[in-house]
Amino acid sequence: MAVAPEKRPARIYEGSRIPQPTPSVLQVPEELRRTDDILEVNFGPNHPSTHGVLRLIVELDGERVVGLRAVVGYLHTGFEKSMESKTWWKAIPYAPRMDYLAFQANELAFVMAVEKLLGIEVPPKATWMRMLLVELNRIHSHLVWLGTSALELGAISPFWYTFRERDRVLDLFEMVTGVRMHTRYFQVGGLAEDIPRGFFDECRKFVDWMPKAVDQYEQLLTQNEIWLQRTKGVGLLSAEDAIAMGQSGPVLRGSGVDWDLRKTAPYLAYDQVEFDVPVYYNGDVWDRYKVHMDEMRESTRIAAQALEGMPGGAWIADDRKVVLPPREELHTSMETLIHHFKLVTEGFRVPEGEVYLAIESPRGEFGCYLCSDGGPKPWRVRFRAPSFIALQATATLMTDALVADMIAAVGSLDTVMGECDR
Amino acid sequence: MSFAGVPGVVEQKVDRGETTLVVDPARLPEACLHLRDELGFNFLSDVSSVDYLGWSDEPVAGYWGGPAGRDHNRPGTAGLGKRPAPKPKRFAVNYHLLKVRSGARQAPRVRVQVWVDDGEHVPSVVQIWPTADWQEREVWDMMGIRFAGHPDLSRILMDDDWEGHPLRKDYPIGGEPVRFSGEE
Repeated sequence: MAVAPEKRPARIYEGSRIPQPTPSVLQVPEELRRTDDILEVNFGPNHPSTHGVLRLIVELDGERVVGLRAVVGYLHTGFEKSMESKTWWKAIPYAPRMDYLAFQANELAFVMAVEKLLGIEVPPKATWMRMLLVELNRIHSHLVWLGTSALELGAISPFWYTFRERDRVLDLFEMVTGVRMHTRYFQVGGLAEDIPRGFFDECRKFVDWMPKAVDQYEQLLTQNEIWLQRTKGVGLLSAEDAIAMGQSGPVLRGSGVDWDLRKTAPYLAYDQVEFDVPVYYNGDVWDRYKVHMDEMRESTRIAAQALEGMPGGAWIADDRKVVLPPREELHTSMETLIHHFKLVTEGFRVPEGEVYLAIESPRGEFGCYLCSDGGPKPWRVRFRAPSFIALQATATLMTDALVADMIAAVGSLDTVMGECDR
Repeated sequence: MSFAGVPGVVEQKVDRGETTLVVDPARLPEACLHLRDELGFNFLSDVSSVDYLGWSDEPVAGYWGGPAGRDHNRPGTAGLGKRPAPKPKRFAVNYHLLKVRSGARQAPRVRVQVWVDDGEHVPSVVQIWPTADWQEREVWDMMGIRFAGHPDLSRILMDDDWEGHPLRKDYPIGGEPVRFSGEE
């Protein structure tokens, strides 16, 4: 039995809680600082509950958090710089490796941005298959979030249940792309390979099962007294503050803003499928949890419709200047051989220009800004990482909060440090 | 959408369906306030920067090429068929703005662009969009562009004592000195 969501926006707190003058740093008030009772605690960067290498410097007055500063950058690996030194084609595998949970969403953003620069048409079968895979990927990402966040708050069982379904999603990815993670299945112009026989049957079995699995997770958590106490009214963020701090995805929707790029700026075939955008109005950890749960159900709905409506035909565009020619033609056509050779040695050239393309990744607005000088390598690659933006809001979330709630609040932001630090 | 009333606009471009407003850096806060309060662009998606070093010089000096320009013989570094259009200054800072309205079914975007040379400052927009805090720090860290009026402009992704700004085109890839923690 589900709790009926509040339909009207609730007043979460008066005014704005964004700290001044630095919006990402909660500063200890001067009169408290003078009492000499402030304890400074270093949390992380190697702590199992920070989802990677996040460091928080917390100042405590008893159990109350009075000062907080997040330190990031421990996982900075220079993805953007590396991608600038590769050809467009060879830069694609970098994109999924930033975020090891929402890999296909990142890959999609980069590939779609290159396609926007090129102005190339993608065949419908590739579009629908991309949509199916990124929705499965969203389920995968939310499952890992749910399992680990619950684990951090002491609920061990959901972790085992969520990883059971996660493994089934990874099996599907392995079936269609050959690898379980970091698939590199999206190619500029379409897909890297055709969809293997038998995939749709397996996928349909999973899609039929998944809503029941979500019910099981909800049975474990939604009415659980400890879970409710740990999450209700914790980590508050109002709608105005969420927009001012650039929050997106489940965090924004948990704060009562009905905003989803799949609805507001439809890409792929999202305007041809039916789904709802879950919105909750209390801006706490529990609401973010509910948004994640509902999104898994909605993603399953989209995946089912994608399976129904999957068109046939080509899986990659027929553009010999960008797309590798079919293998069998290489033995008979000189032209094909030249195209193949040029593409593999030099790569394709992308017309001069700059684009910003944003998609709704499981974590929110994932943007890709590309700048091309007309050559075979990107001049500038830049990612708008939702995790990086989300972590700025830690100080706002932890205003007037207790230190025990910090794990719940930071966990609910659903951050992946690989994507945050890039 | 009309951007006629935005103060400080030097040029308005539309390319691939994206609108770019080139703004005079000195009047950036004014323009941003107008865009936020009058036109409703309440959401700052992204602050990004580009280094156009050697962009349209003769010969094209890509940073993977030698001092004389791009090495035309190395695989994957072929020269350009056509030289790209020259840019007014070395660095561009782009602000990608979005209009977020609960329940809306459209997402208008606009890109605000300012041009600066090495050493020139850009006014900070942290007071207009608090989310610019870390984004401007990242631009300073990676590209070495200073933001005047930022409350705490320090490095964010690299170490505090790191030398150089990695995403500049004259910063080499590979070949960084190995550093040990006990080093003098």
